[in-house]
Amino acid sequence: MKFTLSWLKEHLDAEASLDTISETLTRIGLEVEGIEDKAQSLQAYVVAHVLTAEQHPNADRLRVCTVDAGDGQPLQVVCGAPNARAGMKTVFAPPGTYVPGKDITLSVGNIRGVESRGMLCSGAELGLGDDHDGILDLPADAPTGQPYATYAKLDDPVIEINLTPNRADCTSIHGIARDLAATGLGSLKHAPQPPIRGTGPCPVPVTLAFEELDRGLCPYFTLRLVRGVKNGPSPDWMQTRLRAIGLRPINALVDITNYLTFDRGRPLHVFDAAKVAGGLTVRRARDGEDLKALDGKSYTLTSDTVVIADDRGPESIAGIIGGEASGCDAGTTDVLIESALWDPMNIAQSGRRLGIITDARYRFERGVDPAFTLPGLDLATRLVLEICGGTASEATIAGEPPETERIIHFPWTETRRLAGIELSRAEMRVTLEALGFHVAGTGDRVKVLTPSWRADVEGKADLVEEIIRIAGLDRIEPKPLPRIESVVGKPVLTVIQKRTRLAKRALASRGLVEAVTWSFIPHDDAVLFGGGSADLTLANPIAADLSDMRPSLVPGLLRAAQRNADRGSADVALFEVGQCFASDQPEGQSIRATAIRRGTAGHAGGGRHWDGTAGAVDAFTAKADAMALVAAFGIPTGGLQVVAGGPDWLHPGRSGTLQFGPKNPVGYFGEIHPRVMKALDLKGQIVAFEITLDAVPLPKYRPTKVKPALALSDFQPISRDFAFVVGRDVAAGDVVKAAHGAERKLISGIDVFDLYEGVGIPEGAKSVAIAVRLQPVERTLTDVEIEAITAKIVAEVTRKTGATLRS
Amino acid sequence: MSDLDTLEGDLLRQVSETSDEASLDAVRVAALGKKGSVSELLKTLGAMTPEARKERGPLINGLRDRVQGAIGTRREALAEAALTARLSAERIDVTLPVRDAPEARGRIHPISQVLDEITAIFADMGFAVAEGPDIETDDYNFTALNFPPGHPAREMHDTFFLAPDRNGQRKVLRTHTSPVQIRTMRSQEPPIRVICPGRTYRHDSDQTHTPMFHQVEGLVIDKAANIANLKWVLEEFCRTFFEVDAVKMRFRPSFFPFTEPSAEVDIQCSRKGGEIRFGEGTDWLEILGCGMVHPNVLRNCGLDPDSVQGFAFGMGIDRIAMLKYGMPDLRPFFEADVRWLEHYGFRPLDIPSLVAGLTA
Repeated sequence: MKFTLSWLKEHLDAEASLDTISETLTRIGLEVEGIEDKAQSLQAYVVAHVLTAEQHPNADRLRVCTVDAGDGQPLQVVCGAPNARAGMKTVFAPPGTYVPGKDITLSVGNIRGVESRGMLCSGAELGLGDDHDGILDLPADAPTGQPYATYAKLDDPVIEINLTPNRADCTSIHGIARDLAATGLGSLKHAPQPPIRGTGPCPVPVTLAFEELDRGLCPYFTLRLVRGVKNGPSPDWMQTRLRAIGLRPINALVDITNYLTFDRGRPLHVFDAAKVAGGLTVRRARDGEDLKALDGKSYTLTSDTVVIADDRGPESIAGIIGGEASGCDAGTTDVLIESALWDPMNIAQSGRRLGIITDARYRFERGVDPAFTLPGLDLATRLVLEICGGTASEATIAGEPPETERIIHFPWTETRRLAGIELSRAEMRVTLEALGFHVAGTGDRVKVLTPSWRADVEGKADLVEEIIRIAGLDRIEPKPLPRIESVVGKPVLTVIQKRTRLAKRALASRGLVEAVTWSFIPHDDAVLFGGGSADLTLANPIAADLSDMRPSLVPGLLRAAQRNADRGSADVALFEVGQCFASDQPEGQSIRATAIRRGTAGHAGGGRHWDGTAGAVDAFTAKADAMALVAAFGIPTGGLQVVAGGPDWLHPGRSGTLQFGPKNPVGYFGEIHPRVMKALDLKGQIVAFEITLDAVPLPKYRPTKVKPALALSDFQPISRDFAFVVGRDVAAGDVVKAAHGAERKLISGIDVFDLYEGVGIPEGAKSVAIAVRLQPVERTLTDVEIEAITAKIVAEVTRKTGATLRS
Repeated sequence: MSDLDTLEGDLLRQVSETSDEASLDAVRVAALGKKGSVSELLKTLGAMTPEARKERGPLINGLRDRVQGAIGTRREALAEAALTARLSAERIDVTLPVRDAPEARGRIHPISQVLDEITAIFADMGFAVAEGPDIETDDYNFTALNFPPGHPAREMHDTFFLAPDRNGQRKVLRTHTSPVQIRTMRSQEPPIRVICPGRTYRHDSDQTHTPMFHQVEGLVIDKAANIANLKWVLEEFCRTFFEVDAVKMRFRPSFFPFTEPSAEVDIQCSRKGGEIRFGEGTDWLEILGCGMVHPNVLRNCGLDPDSVQGFAFGMGIDRIAMLKYGMPDLRPFFEADVRWLEHYGFRPLDIPSLVAGLTA
């Protein structure tokens, strides 16, 4: 919403400076977005008289001028404009002036050997339009020495406020003035507007053709004919104001409607009566009806849009834009002025659907003051009569204005209750009344009647807002929020929240870099990772490749790795902890922790290294990351199993599943499947793991934090090595498990220390060497006992895995 | 010169001429070994008369002791020389690089770090953390929050919709984390103090807007929480978060459908030389929106606006991260460029706390 200072002062009797007004506007919730004050920015530019203009001695295209800038001291200025000539009036800027159009600050110059003390300016140099043809050529009567901004009437500061959608009343300059007046900064000017007494009835009948349920689309419609108008240009003062706020003057009738749209927040429409056939019908458009609108574009309408039609068809899209066919131009002699009320929601939807943004739509969709419908028509009529002459008819009135005022029972204590500030009743009452509320009663609880223009005020809280925004929120002193006993000392985070945080720190500590990637990924990527279902597809993605809610964090990280590789960072180690989607239900959302490593980016670090340790990452790199993460959660991992194989996106022979029992998989690790690599156009070796944090068992509640008793043995542990030859497909884990099962009490640990296939081992078999640690508990073991245990281990491993002891 | 003197002179010379452990040992064996020259002399003592033994004994034993001593001394000297030689050979180039520690290579994303900072501050004020789903119903995202269907205020949020389901209902990607407030109020009795951080989505993209971003909202519901308390909470937060002794804040009346009264909050800052500083300067920078929870929202959650009340506030996590740490552009937050992450990310053990300070 834009307006000028002088226009505001038309409604507000105030001495306040521009700064004070601007600060006050922001303070009461009408946030000033910008102020354009040309009197300030063009202060140094003055009207000047060119006394002489001679050819520059050293340059064909330059002229040496002497200029009178108002102080009677002729100044020498070199000018390159083709239109510079002796006797002309133009605009001069002295050295030290900032030139907005060129983004330079002038200094005393020496141009080809001739001194130049300033500049003669074009409109473009002043930042006004883009005429580069030459310097401004002002009429001969332009007063030499007068600031150009004053002379050109550019000295009215333009204020732009960022209006929140609830404040329909401040889409009008009058409304803004009312708010300012309520702060005590000035007083609101009320010029009484006697109703127009028309001559004879309006000859154009109006029909509101709606079904009962649709009446709200146009509850109230008023129309008046003014005959014998002369539709020339509007007066200078009106044109200057419209131009200042960025509107293009068209002709008097159109300008009057635009003027009142801003002045009073009352959009109007004018039809050229000669171009209207028969009566006007307000109705839903018929599907497929066309209208060529005043913006020059044609719109095809549907029945969701309301139109004003004559016998030929739609002449105007209600509340949004008029039609070209019935528009007013210089030839208009009889004009129909329309002032109506429209359903805000319907206007908003129609405007959005048709993609039309107009000042009328802006106001109607927020809700205009219904009580000002007929006064608005009268005010417009008065301006038409004043500016264009003619004879006004009586008004045609269809429907009636809806009641929008409401009574709010308001206890004065509500302000203290909600805002924590003690204000006097007198101050609160004065504020409400200044804003147009009517306050009835004198006790602790009053009845407040809302004004017709404040449909946004619905209850007590709204009244508190009105009171404190005018009082100033800065008057509310901060008060500490008292502690609640029950919250102190309890953990603030849930288990999943703690795990999320812990996962990030744990993975970063392993040299992984945290990425945050989009929650939506390309459809094909989603399908590759088990997603892409219809319920997780966006109806309106922002880009074609951000279309599906991600089923996994892996595809986003893979894409990120490839982007990094394309930029020269080939070996990256990335992780993300974030949400994944299995359905559109809340329980379909899970938090996962995922890491990928590419190329040589293992735990020790990526890239070539002089010690020769930089091998390519493999499934075990990913397994180590996954195991480290589970370990970080601090839950017992005795039940954690690792089984071969994983989801489709992992290499079937080089992947594993982590599970707490077959029914509770918590994640996967391994090499990315070659087919996925190909589909995503990825190169190199990439491994990944993904763990669903929600699936990891919760820690068991224990009534005590005491750790289990520690039993340390005083006896020396002993270690025995075994090398078993087993079939190639036998899992090392099974060998270890079998050995462990042979002697549960004394075995304290088993390490796999060698794997071998090749010479000395039969085809299709492998050697698995394990070191078994025995920890005596009661006494040192005798050789015989150790022999017995060794035999048991061999027997058990042989029985479970078909192994033979390697000789 | 006696034969013993000759032998001694001979042996001591041999000892001194040895060059390593092995040759020294050869000399030792030749002298003191079972059949060594000195051992043979010692053996002759047994066959001597007591007088002769008394005379020769000390001489031979003395010879043996001196030879033994010389060998010992020589052994130490040789060991010392051997160590010196070994040490001079065992040389590494200490300027060769070692790999950076994993803890030095890893990074925490600024969003995670800032969220941890925010959590630390609000936890100290007694707030818990509440979360909710990213895919929301229209009711939770809009209607319950006092955005009536078709209301123009919905246009303030450029919403992502999912495909309509069988009943024609369209789920949305939440446009703010406010639905979590509804979920909290519907599931929990006051008093309530929560912050609700999370991902949010709007159909918007430019230098300061991405279609996905992060918000944190706060909600306090009890019997007395008012704007004065709200101002205190936000001032405490800003002061602590920006790590300055005082920060000047400006509360401007504003509009949000779910709060009444509503305000936007600006903080004072200076932008000298392209560097932003808080707690000084003359510029104002908008950082959050807030207000008293709208009576309709309370009613929508089954609460009576005349007996309970409270406030809510919300801000962009990415945005305040940019303000505090100076990232000029929002978009790279989600591009996973390791150069950006290494520069703007945080070391894994830099865990923000009020005890140790938010930043190192």
